[in-house]
Amino acid sequence: MSDWNMPEGNLMAGKRGIVMGVANQNSIAWGIAKQLAAQGAEIAFTYQGEGLERRVRPLVESIGMDFMIPADVTDDESMDAAFAAVKEKWGKIDFLVHSIAFAGKDELMGSMVANTSREGFRRAMDISVYSFIDCSRRASEMMDPGGSIICMTYLGAERVVPSYNVMGVAKAALEASTRYAARDLGNQGIRVNAISAGAMRTLSLAGIRGGKSLMGTGREWSLLKEDTKMEGVAGCALYLLSDIGQSITGEVLHVDAGFHVVGVPEPSEE
Amino acid sequence: MSDVFERVKKIVVENLEVEADKVTEAASFIDDLGADSLDLVELVMAFEEEFGIEIEDEVQENIRTVGDAVTEIKKTQG
Repeated sequence: MSDWNMPEGNLMAGKRGIVMGVANQNSIAWGIAKQLAAQGAEIAFTYQGEGLERRVRPLVESIGMDFMIPADVTDDESMDAAFAAVKEKWGKIDFLVHSIAFAGKDELMGSMVANTSREGFRRAMDISVYSFIDCSRRASEMMDPGGSIICMTYLGAERVVPSYNVMGVAKAALEASTRYAARDLGNQGIRVNAISAGAMRTLSLAGIRGGKSLMGTGREWSLLKEDTKMEGVAGCALYLLSDIGQSITGEVLHVDAGFHVVGVPEPSEE
Repeated sequence: MSDVFERVKKIVVENLEVEADKVTEAASFIDDLGADSLDLVELVMAFEEEFGIEIEDEVQENIRTVGDAVTEIKKTQG
């Protein structure tokens, strides 16, 4: 179990919401969930399939929670049932964390132009982007003014990153979707933002050919000369999802030790 | 029995929740120890943390048995 520190408090006291995309203890969604729980949030966790349920359940139980719902974001009936379960139990929610993406392993390598199939593109966009639009709609129907929605993105949406390929294209669409959702839900008083986290040791990183090298590059090039910390990402999520993040919407906030502002790395000292 | 094997065995027992005596050098993660593809990725990440190494993707794809993992970890350690 990772040992990041999650400051306790009551910034999320009385707030309930859904966290989608916990796969294991290294998941960004899990770091965020722990932080939200440490600030008093009540959380419903969605998972896809038995393989993930058996990973997620012990984590959820470790923070004294038990609300877990199966949800396949590619299946409308499954999504209907998942959100109906939340509505039945809580009626209203205050926040949604979307931390779900997919691209085929064969697509996360080499040339984006050569390796992106029509079906691979469709799946990547469906699971990584449409699911966010769909969940934003479903969640917003259960939210009062003050509701807040976040999704996870990556610098590969804005700049080219080796092997990130169709996932970068999908993340660009996700960031655009964040802005449009922020516009559409703004008049209901619901905020929608994205967190662009630096490379972290997650299952998603492991799916990218050569992805581990992104960690090293992040450490060397970043302004802080360090890995992106889970505390930072989770803290940013807490900020955006709690009332201290008021007036912020349609934003993509970078939590990457300053990596995203670097144009040219410092000359090597060797 | 090498030290590397014992450390690998400990991680495999913890991650896959299998009996220690099932974890032999010849045991296949998927066929004998009930791992799925996510388990394999998690195991490799756990090996990397335990041994402070980085296992390349090409190498990772060739790890099928506990013995394969031990061999590759030793190679990577140099």
